[in-house]
This record gives sequence, structure tokens and C-alpha cells, in this order.
Amino acid sequence: MLGPTIPWYLAISGILFGTGAVGVMLRRSPLIVLLSLEIMLNAGNLALVGFSRYWGNGDGQVFAISVMAVAASEVCVGLGLIVAMARKRLALDVDELSELRG
Amino acid sequence: MSAVYVASFGNFLVWVVWIGAALGCLASGVAVISFTNPFYSALALIGNLASLAVLYLLASAEFVAAAQVLVYAGAVMVMFLFVIAYLGGRADAPWAGGPRWLRLAAVVAGAALLAETLVALLWKSGSLEDVADVGPSFGSPAAIGELFLTDQLLAFEITSIVLLVAAVGGVVLAIQIREKRQTG
Repeated sequence: MLGPTIPWYLAISGILFGTGAVGVMLRRSPLIVLLSLEIMLNAGNLALVGFSRYWGNGDGQVFAISVMAVAASEVCVGLGLIVAMARKRLALDVDELSELRG
Repeated sequence: MSAVYVASFGNFLVWVVWIGAALGCLASGVAVISFTNPFYSALALIGNLASLAVLYLLASAEFVAAAQVLVYAGAVMVMFLFVIAYLGGRADAPWAGGPRWLRLAAVVAGAALLAETLVALLWKSGSLEDVADVGPSFGSPAAIGELFLTDQLLAFEITSIVLLVAAVGGVVLAIQIREKRQTG
């Protein structure tokens, strides 16, 4: 394998996952929480692709593509919720939104 | 002799591209969570996804890299930018509110997660050195498609149902708002 070996990929994946987790915990705008979630999902994808290369087995890549589809669904529903909140004139702040029933 | 030289030069080139993509990936990740304006955060996330696609390519996952650029950096991020533009300046929440200890705890928890990952890596990285040899067709659309339609058929079908449910959910969310507006 040319270039860096698998632990390098995993290190990048771990650092990205930590960055995303800090973003989810730190930020209050639901939009940026969603963006940070995307970073975390992509960090998982990078680890999947790296291990897929390590074993020489395509199943990890298939799983990575499934994760992408799940992320797209999550964005679809999440953005729908954010738009619904904005139309109901709710504050776009995850600390204020503590009730499920609007 | 010259073949060895060419191979080592190729290795060097891959390292250079890899380090560039990895640094871009980490920098844009930090940029996403530190911009105040969500529009800039979304743009930084596009950079993050593009540099991740380069890393996928170097791990010989060509189809995943192409799907990443088309689906993620293309479709999903356009949706994000649409919603951010629709919400306008209202989306600008303060950088980090709440009590100070909460902020501190978030950073400590993130650092703990990171330390745990890196310690596990250092512990086990010796056993991850011998990478399997793969043929040139590894990660190609044909190989992935064959896997999807043979061994992973269940995952394929479940993925399509998940996408359908998400699409219906998005429509339902929009319809409910319209009905409420008409009656109320």
C-alpha cells in the first residue's frame, strides 16, 4: 500500500470524531449541531473505509455508503424540523427547545 | 534500479497528497464548529467532505469517494445552504451560551474521547501494519455494485426503505405546518 498505513487514517478519524463531538456539545444553533453530526458520521466513514482497505474486503465500503444514505435521511428530517421551528417562531437554540410538544 | 526509484517517488507523492488532505480535513473540521455564521460553517463542511473524498481515494475506495462528492458535497450541502439562506440572520445563535462549567465540561469530554481513541491506536497500531493486497478492481463501482446485489442485498433494501421513510417524513412535516396555518 502506497503512502500512510491504516493507523494514520484511524488517527484522522478519531480527531475528526472528537471535533464533531465538541461541536455538538458546545454549539447552540441546531444548524451547526447538525453540521457537527455530519463531521462525526464522516469520521466513522473514514474508519470504515480504512478498515475495509486493511482487510481487503469491500463490505466496509458498502457499510460506508449505507451510512451516507442514513446521513442524507437525517439531514432531510433534521432540516425539516428546523424549518418547522423557524415557521412557528420558536427560538433556534437547543437549550431553549426542551419540550417535545410544541 | 529505476523502478525502485519510481516506486519510492510515487510513495512520496502519495504521502504529500495524503498529508495535505488530512490537514485540510482537520482544519476545516475545526472551522465548522468555530464559525459564528452558519453559512461559513456549511462552506467549511464542503471543504471537509472534499478532502475526506481525497483520503478515500488514497485508500482505494473510488466509488465511495465519488458518492461522497456527488451525494454529500453536492446534494446534501445544497439543501443545507438553501435552509440557511431561508432562515437568514435568525439562525445566528451565540457561540456558546449557558453556564461556563458546561462549556468547560464539553471541551474536557471531547478531549477525553480523543485521548481514549489515540491511546487505543498507539496500543494496537503495531498489529495494523500488514495491509492486505488488493487488486485494481477493489472499490470500483462494479465491485461495490456486485456486493450490494449479492452479499449485502438486505442492507441495500433497508437503505432504500430508510430513504423512503425520510422523504415521507419531510413531506409530513411540511404538510402539518400548512394545515395549522389554514385553520389557525
